[in-house]
Amino acid sequence: MSKHHVTATINGEPTEFLCETSQSLLDVLRDELELTGSKEGCTSGDCGACSVMLDGRLVCSCLVLGVEASGRTVDTIEGMAQGADLHPLQRHFLEGAALQCGICTPGFLIAARALLERTPDPTETEIRYWLAGNLCRCTGYDKIVRAVMDAAAEMRGAR
Amino acid sequence: MTAERKEFRWIGKRPVRPDGVDKVTGRAQFSADFNMPGQLIGKVLRSPHAHARIKSIDTSKAKALAGVKAVITGADFPSLPDEWVGAGRVEGNFKYFSENIIARDKVLYEGHTVAAVAAVSAAIAEEALSLIKVDYEVLPHVIDPVEAMAPDAPLLHEKMITRGMKTPPTKPSNVAKWAEFLMGDPVEGFKKADVIVERSYTTKAVHQGYIEPHAVAASTSADGQTVVWCSSQGQYQVRTWVSKIVGLPLSSIRVIPAEIGGGFGGKLIPYLEPLAVRMSRLTNRPVKITMSREDVFRATGPTSGAAMKIKVGATKDGKIVAAEGEFIFQAGAYPGSPFMNGLMCSFAPYAIPNVRTWGYDVVTNRPKAAAYRAPGSPIAAYAVESALDELAKKLNIHPVDLRLKNAIVEGTPSYFGPKFGSVGFVETLEALKKHPNYNIPLGPNQGRGFASGFWFNGGGESCATVNINDDGTASVIEGNPDIGGSRASMAIMAAEVLGIDYDKVRPIVGDTASLGFNHVTGGSRVTFATGMAVVRAAEDAVREMKERAAMLWDISPDAVTWEDGFARPAGDNAGKHEPLSLKQIAGQAAKTGGPICGHASLNAQAPGPGLGSHMVDVEVDPETGHVKILRYTASQDVGRAIHPSYVEGQMQGGVAQGIGWALNEEYIYDKNGRLENPGFLDYRMPVCSDLPFIDTIMIEKPVPSHPFGVRGVGEVPIVPPMAAVANAIHSAIGKRLTSLPMSPPKVRAAIDGDA
Amino acid sequence: MAHVVLPQVIVDRFTTGVAEVEVDAKNVRGLMKALDERYPGIAAVLEDEMAIAMNGSIYHDAYLEAVGADTEVYFIPRIGGGR
Repeated sequence: MSKHHVTATINGEPTEFLCETSQSLLDVLRDELELTGSKEGCTSGDCGACSVMLDGRLVCSCLVLGVEASGRTVDTIEGMAQGADLHPLQRHFLEGAALQCGICTPGFLIAARALLERTPDPTETEIRYWLAGNLCRCTGYDKIVRAVMDAAAEMRGAR
Repeated sequence: MTAERKEFRWIGKRPVRPDGVDKVTGRAQFSADFNMPGQLIGKVLRSPHAHARIKSIDTSKAKALAGVKAVITGADFPSLPDEWVGAGRVEGNFKYFSENIIARDKVLYEGHTVAAVAAVSAAIAEEALSLIKVDYEVLPHVIDPVEAMAPDAPLLHEKMITRGMKTPPTKPSNVAKWAEFLMGDPVEGFKKADVIVERSYTTKAVHQGYIEPHAVAASTSADGQTVVWCSSQGQYQVRTWVSKIVGLPLSSIRVIPAEIGGGFGGKLIPYLEPLAVRMSRLTNRPVKITMSREDVFRATGPTSGAAMKIKVGATKDGKIVAAEGEFIFQAGAYPGSPFMNGLMCSFAPYAIPNVRTWGYDVVTNRPKAAAYRAPGSPIAAYAVESALDELAKKLNIHPVDLRLKNAIVEGTPSYFGPKFGSVGFVETLEALKKHPNYNIPLGPNQGRGFASGFWFNGGGESCATVNINDDGTASVIEGNPDIGGSRASMAIMAAEVLGIDYDKVRPIVGDTASLGFNHVTGGSRVTFATGMAVVRAAEDAVREMKERAAMLWDISPDAVTWEDGFARPAGDNAGKHEPLSLKQIAGQAAKTGGPICGHASLNAQAPGPGLGSHMVDVEVDPETGHVKILRYTASQDVGRAIHPSYVEGQMQGGVAQGIGWALNEEYIYDKNGRLENPGFLDYRMPVCSDLPFIDTIMIEKPVPSHPFGVRGVGEVPIVPPMAAVANAIHSAIGKRLTSLPMSPPKVRAAIDGDA
Repeated sequence: MAHVVLPQVIVDRFTTGVAEVEVDAKNVRGLMKALDERYPGIAAVLEDEMAIAMNGSIYHDAYLEAVGADTEVYFIPRIGGGR
């Protein structure tokens, strides 16, 4: 069976790759493109560790086929910082100790950025429900929610 | 440097962790992120049966498939003697460990490894698995520990005789071990009691639930040297197990720790590593194996489920005069539940003159239990702390006051022998009473619950090296995987001793070849024991730098002091020489004797036990039985918070896991002993919207044996939550739930009076 | 003399009912040697299966640890994760 030739824009760069029909976008990112920042926790869309943006929409990359990325834009954790400048969410996760082991962190950051893009001033409850698709077993979510609130405040110039 | 020192420059601050940027940018390499040129992909064939004899395995078709490079079964591993090996570094029965990693004559649970394949692609490896023909003779199975103790229960290990009894039984059974602790005379004690509570409780097995599935890459070269990349709670432990289970010299194996995506006890023991190494040796190529989430649920962890009977008696004034507890713990397929810890931790927080605890370690047809955060203690505490709540209600004493009246203090004798040292239990209870959440009025269907918990905490072997660099910075090499911010605490402690800025200290976690032996990341030992090694190594570097300065000044090293990163002449020489900075001394190292490296190796002893007290408010939906956590307050004696944010994080994370254990998490088996919920959708761990903010109160009562007073903090927080939630539910609906999880159907049934 | 309290499982196996003994030893290594001279084989079992508790603290594998003159010494099961 021949592989598919796919062209997509990944983290702003025009990218070509070959993939099998059965390969998920997560497989392609990790195994073909060496973008291992997106993590595999379940392959069933339950943990959110593989969260990426596909044409500006938050998806679990384990539930998208690699071929589905054809002609579309994909944004992963690797594209979140601008060079050495961390995104405010990344900075507040660090300053607020919102990660312990760090395996879920890329997924949370991608999901939280998607929230703040549409809701710059979310309530605690909005944050909690938006992030309910991302599992963290270490933190009890307390410092994650606080870091998102702090980043949101900074991004809208409230502090 | 003593625990009494009050003013710290870095300890107690909250700097960004050294590995932080890599972890928020996706650069950090976890176990599944390693790939090597020419690597083969390994896949594992698992038993579909809960209990079966393996009559034969035919691998010929799988081996013949193009692209398959190795197929292994239990026959490819040495048989190990059926004996307990102890203690310290190598502890346990390696026959059991080996057979759990790959089955020999029998499979003992669904998911038990039967064979493994290495092939040039994942798809070919999968296909090869389907070509392996295993002829099973299916045997009757048993899932529940109480049923497994019945005289006619199917035997997992046909020759197993219960250990620990004065007169060993003559007939084999599923009870691997029995133990008892006794102080005073409970029978007489109960005669003095005005009020007695007697009740049975059950808990379900729960998984540690780390988000990163197990994964490994192993590579063997033609000279027999093997390198293993994997995430684990101890690279040295992995090395030992691979050596023993594959049958290789320890010195031929180097284990490089990957970043670890959660462990909680579940990554203390290897599962895949011996398989990958065996296949890499057969093929002389790198082999990578990754577990699926289903594999993780079916074949790793969890902690024990249990059945317990508790009896406590008190006089009218609230003094507990006698206590008894029976603890039946399910070990899974091989002996080794944490029942002994349960027996010792259960009543540990209380000064009770007459106590008897006894228990059973029972094998069942499910995955071998693994450690999970304060192993054994949370299970026992659910029962004991629920019973105490009931006792308080009967005595008409506030549950916190009942605990205060009976709390252990320094010098209280324990029922397992020794007297307690410095403990901050009373302080944790008093802190709860002072917290604003203690007096918030409750609405309809709301309730407030309290519970406490105990954990021994651990010490053990650690070593560390502190290298002073010529630019005035320091590198710290330690041997414990950083599972929740420990690099930050190591850097803080080193910076404190060296007197330089935190960001001038760079810690790394070394591989098995870069340092001597280090015990695992577990038992809340790392900040205590490895922290002690880092402090001593930094002090060793300071000693060396003082000697170098003394040489440059032509004075005795005893006449040099070290302050804030500078060597200063002291005594008669004070003021006679310009102080020399760490950077200045490092810059002249070549002339003054070569590189400046501090080192320390030790076996850290006398860890301080941890105690915590929790308070939770819940609201019960009378229609659905759903329990909502409204607010949660955790109070704990933390010894000394080196990096308070990560201490709070340990407390909050432990509480969240405990809430999951209390309300939702359980394994559901069908009648054939097959797990029905091996995924995160059906094994329901708490998500962000299930929880409120978790308030923490850190009480600092320094431990004398640690230079900065550190007390392990990671495990205590998971001990009280199940009972605290149960007690809050009772406070809300007037019904006592004695079986975990307290899921909506059970709560509904309790409201309806069926429980 | 240190006052040593032995757990029941050890008493059953080694000391024919004696649960408390006085031992003269400087450190844990000496304590183990002295106990083993009195009850041959006891030290190996204590070292493999037990931790030692003195003065409110718990010690594992601690030959070097000093044993004070009037110390009460207890043995308890080694604390582990369940094996």
